[in-house]
Amino acid sequence: MKKTIVSIILLVICSLGLCSCGKEDSSQIKVGVIAELTGDIPAVGASCKNAAEMAAAEINDAGGILLGDKKYKVKLIIEDNAGKADQSVSAAQKLITQNKVLAIIGPNASRYALPAAEIAESSKVVLITPWSTAPKTTLDSKTGAPKKFVFRSCFIDPFQGGVLAKFTLNHLNLKKAAVLYDVASEYNKGIAEIFRDVYEKNGGKVVSFETYTTNDKDFSSQLTKIKKAGPEIIFLPNYYSEIPLQIQQAKRLGITVPFIGADAWGSSDLVKLCGADCNDYYFSTHYAADAATDVTKKFIANYKAKYGTTPDDVAALTYDSFGLLWKAIKTAGKNNRQAVRDTLAKIPQHEGVTGNMQFQEGSGDPVKSAVILKIRDGKFTWFANAKP
Amino acid sequence: MAYFFQQALNALQLGSIYALIALGYTMVYGILTMINFAHGDLFMVGAFFCFLLAVYLNLAFIPTLLLSMLGVAFLGVIIERMAYKPLRNAPRVSAIITALGVGLFLENFTLALSPYPKHIPALLTNTTWTVGSLSISSLQVIVILLSLILMLILDFVVQHTKAGMAMRAISWDKTIVPLMGVPVNKIISLTFAIGTGLGGAAGMMYGLAYPVIDPYMGIMVGWKAFISAVVGGIGNIRGAMIGGFILGGVEILVAAFFPSTYRDFVAFTLLLILLIFRPYGILGKPQPQKV
Repeated sequence: MKKTIVSIILLVICSLGLCSCGKEDSSQIKVGVIAELTGDIPAVGASCKNAAEMAAAEINDAGGILLGDKKYKVKLIIEDNAGKADQSVSAAQKLITQNKVLAIIGPNASRYALPAAEIAESSKVVLITPWSTAPKTTLDSKTGAPKKFVFRSCFIDPFQGGVLAKFTLNHLNLKKAAVLYDVASEYNKGIAEIFRDVYEKNGGKVVSFETYTTNDKDFSSQLTKIKKAGPEIIFLPNYYSEIPLQIQQAKRLGITVPFIGADAWGSSDLVKLCGADCNDYYFSTHYAADAATDVTKKFIANYKAKYGTTPDDVAALTYDSFGLLWKAIKTAGKNNRQAVRDTLAKIPQHEGVTGNMQFQEGSGDPVKSAVILKIRDGKFTWFANAKP
Repeated sequence: MAYFFQQALNALQLGSIYALIALGYTMVYGILTMINFAHGDLFMVGAFFCFLLAVYLNLAFIPTLLLSMLGVAFLGVIIERMAYKPLRNAPRVSAIITALGVGLFLENFTLALSPYPKHIPALLTNTTWTVGSLSISSLQVIVILLSLILMLILDFVVQHTKAGMAMRAISWDKTIVPLMGVPVNKIISLTFAIGTGLGGAAGMMYGLAYPVIDPYMGIMVGWKAFISAVVGGIGNIRGAMIGGFILGGVEILVAAFFPSTYRDFVAFTLLLILLIFRPYGILGKPQPQKV
């Protein structure tokens, strides 16, 4: 009896040892994905995972990536960061040291991408975040210079905040705005401040600038304050899971002015959670599924066939991140972290599903345009384009 | 002035939910001198029961409320029997650790079923009345009234029924009371049922007022309700109600007159100061340490 127990324990230890070392398969390119599969924004993680699996399957179905005279299959290692900054860090560390991945895609939200990006930069591993729009993600935390190994496939908040401020002023012609944002989240805070600065510089007035902290559910106090200030529009640069609560509570307090948001609205779950309450409002985002070009149409059709839903912006941006990565690996011709980084930085214009993009000289931020969508009868529809 | 009344109404709504949850903490503490840290998560389960009943069984408001309360109360009794009863004579720390474990289990069990935030459908048509510049929504009124009614019923049960008398007796002296023929285990189960049932009702009302629910929603609300119970004097039922309204009021009013970033900071500093001057809470009685 004792012997069997001992042998079982030994067996378990041995197998654990085997797993953690992992067999070094030289005919594989390993790419890590860190996604918010659980936590407060699981729809984001799910889209990222879906698009990642689709991008990898497309390469593998075609036989893999040709490097030299050998075809390499792609292997994805998907990690859940549970919507937590510390788990994003440990996932990045595990992918780099244990799985020895060539590159990492994700995390998506800035508050998780930022800590993971620090790890990738110090370990000299390419990290492309699909959806993190906060400027700091690609900047060195000490010097403020661009990071060497961190890239993104989306535009950044100074651009987005500016687009929204000008759209509100010039297009909607509303000169008094209020802002309610999550002060504990990198993305929300950054875009709120940029919106305020650009809006006021161009002749608007921010009459109320209110904050809350992540996981708050009651906004009645702040909204009552906003109502008293009498704005013509309310800017909510917050994540899709919080928007329905904010809009519904505002309506219950008798607030009738329109709302405007940013790309964190762009999940199909927004409409599910919000119902008719979110109709007729605008938000800026990365691409419009209903006003698509040929490349985009093909992507949307494939995604729909595979998962049954229209891809949201996270899915499209994840797919573009992989597009950039495949291109860099192919051009570099090597399964080597430094070589992939060097080619990625100098990649010529990439025609992605979210539009054309190219990295600025010496920076991980691409130059690309934004779109403004309007929610009509629970559907996101194209409204306007904004060029960089 | 209308601004002040509007904020006062907001405070009443938040406070009544805190008070309902605080009752669960305080009742269990009163009878077992144990803090049931899983209570916040039972509150979350209440909201999820409400979601399941409303979406999949299409039940109306009253049956959903009653069934959610019953379901959570049943769960509370099972947890007491399985997790806490075996530890009744163990050191108090063991029971607290177990409670934390039960809470984590409930969170992660719900998370494993589905991590997506859920939307609770509007079970009641909401109308907003406008009086001057004051907006009163029917939902707000229902949450406040229903909480008050539940609290009045509870107060009656504890003060004027035999079972209530037994509860008070057990919290007074746990060793002597069984000798008088009081069925201690039954009374403890009943206390758990009532306490967690109220938590379930709070979960449902919270879900109606803030209709996006997720498995982690009970953590912060649970802590705040626990603080309410301590402020009111833990173990004292009327104290828990007062504590809940005080915390709700402080939170809303701080955000109303200071930058909202300072809300939790100022609110909790005030509570700390209160506890310096009255460490046993507002209605709590100082208990000499038995050596």
